[in-house]
Amino acid sequence: MSTLAPTGRLSTAAALSRLLPYWFTVARRTWRGSVVSSFLNPVFYVVAMGVLLGGFIDGDPERLDGATSYLAFIVPGLVAAHAMQTAVADTSWPVFSNFKWNKVYDSMVATPITVRQVAIAHLTFVALRVAATCAIFDLVIAAFGVFETWWGPFVALAAQALTGAAFATLMYGFACRIDSDAAFGVVFRIGIFPLFLFSGAFFPVSNLGAVGERLAQLTPLWHGVNLSRMFSIDRIDWSLATLNLGVLLAVLAIGSWWAVTGLEKRLTT
Amino acid sequence: MIRAVGLTKSFGGFEAVKGIDLDVRRGEAFGFLGPNGAGKSSTMRMIAAVSPVSGGELSILGMDPAVDGPAIRGRLGVCPQEDTLDSELNVRDNLVVYARYFGISRADSRARADELLEFVNLTEKAKARVEDLSGGMKRRLTIARSLVSSPELLLLDEPTTGLDPQARHLLWDQLFRLKQQGVTLVITTHYMDEAEQLCDRLVVMDKGLIAAEGSPRDLIGRYSTREVAEVRFGVTGDDNPHESYAEQLGDLGERVEVLPDRLLVYAEDGDTVLEAVHARGLRPVATLVRRSTLEDVFLRLTGRTLVD
Repeated sequence: MSTLAPTGRLSTAAALSRLLPYWFTVARRTWRGSVVSSFLNPVFYVVAMGVLLGGFIDGDPERLDGATSYLAFIVPGLVAAHAMQTAVADTSWPVFSNFKWNKVYDSMVATPITVRQVAIAHLTFVALRVAATCAIFDLVIAAFGVFETWWGPFVALAAQALTGAAFATLMYGFACRIDSDAAFGVVFRIGIFPLFLFSGAFFPVSNLGAVGERLAQLTPLWHGVNLSRMFSIDRIDWSLATLNLGVLLAVLAIGSWWAVTGLEKRLTT
Repeated sequence: MIRAVGLTKSFGGFEAVKGIDLDVRRGEAFGFLGPNGAGKSSTMRMIAAVSPVSGGELSILGMDPAVDGPAIRGRLGVCPQEDTLDSELNVRDNLVVYARYFGISRADSRARADELLEFVNLTEKAKARVEDLSGGMKRRLTIARSLVSSPELLLLDEPTTGLDPQARHLLWDQLFRLKQQGVTLVITTHYMDEAEQLCDRLVVMDKGLIAAEGSPRDLIGRYSTREVAEVRFGVTGDDNPHESYAEQLGDLGERVEVLPDRLLVYAEDGDTVLEAVHARGLRPVATLVRRSTLEDVFLRLTGRTLVD
């Protein structure tokens, strides 16, 4: 093949072009199961929390980080939190299974593709899936008049996808380093669930008190939620946005290294 | 095709392969015969360029797996011991996506998949789910998958373990046809009949080392007699009675082996041995005369049977 270098090592782009057809084939075979979680769940969330619960809450921009209604406050954060949940779900059991039970990774690395490229391709697919899920979510909430500008949702979507990708790398690296899948249950209960509740998706973190607020702002999810919200409701603090973006990119970089080395440790024996 | 000198593989403190020399030539069927845990699979994984060499030299298709892993793997077909098929995809998709890993275009991948399904008699199952296939069908699909890139060298790790006799013969037939097409086969097995059927040349492996090397006929000639008389006596107490019978029959053949349930007397003519057993007034409950096999070679070399 023309893409073979002298040592046969493929470029990452060439490896992706060989591996993504696999992931898209899997997606085509299993999309029915994910329709509910990627389309109906957002609608349920928006109606239940944004519209119905929001009906009991005053739309005071002073108390809602600049949002003019509780609906406008909660939904952009929910999408970012949903991105995290989709990402960690896709990189926990599915990754573990690929080297422990289903052994799909073993079959991939028996070809010209390297372990590193296998990890990158899977993470790329997860990022694309998260982006698609968030895009559907954004489309649904657009109908509720949440976005203040025409361009805001696009930047918000990028922030949501970046949040998902960052969490995907973290969970991926973790999945590669555990011996029993029981560890996922612990992480979901004491890690992901509290993050979901307390990272500013449901209420401004200033309500957590000075220390609580600082703690919440240390979590990557808060940076994703904040970025998503600022661009959705067009109340942008550019220096804060830069910090949010920097944190998410840093997590993505460290997480990618953590994920790739994790799979290399696992498969190279 | 494959050359190894002093090849070793360690996992932590455990040495699975303790220094082996190999020379596999183009077009031959080469076997690793040995019990589970002999180091066969570890050797195969090093040859497949997925497991780093711990020590010694290894060259595959003239290349170094540490440097040229992707290029080597691009020219190999691998049929692993455990099925690594994707249970979420159907039979045909398993082949198509795998062909893409080798850089084969979408149209060519589909054509190749159909061709291989025909070769392994699975065309009718093209749309079936992998988990609905029988063990033998999964094996055949795995072999078909290992052939998508038209490899020069095919590695088969325990290809027929767990299959019924009919499925094994079907597989052997397909492997034999591949060999006739000029594909070099490297096979690990703990079945001596498989090694005898398929291999031009083999090494007997035990505890990480090569105990002997040659063609099946060669090894049998070198390490065993033409025939074997199997003699079984009734068991009375806890002790193995065959131990004491072995002393009485020791002079009837070149060698006597004691197994828990029978004696093996190695001789040129088995029937003569049995006549002599009866002439001595001994009354075995069962007897059998057969040709020597690789199992006998293994027993001679290691003092143990292949399948415990």
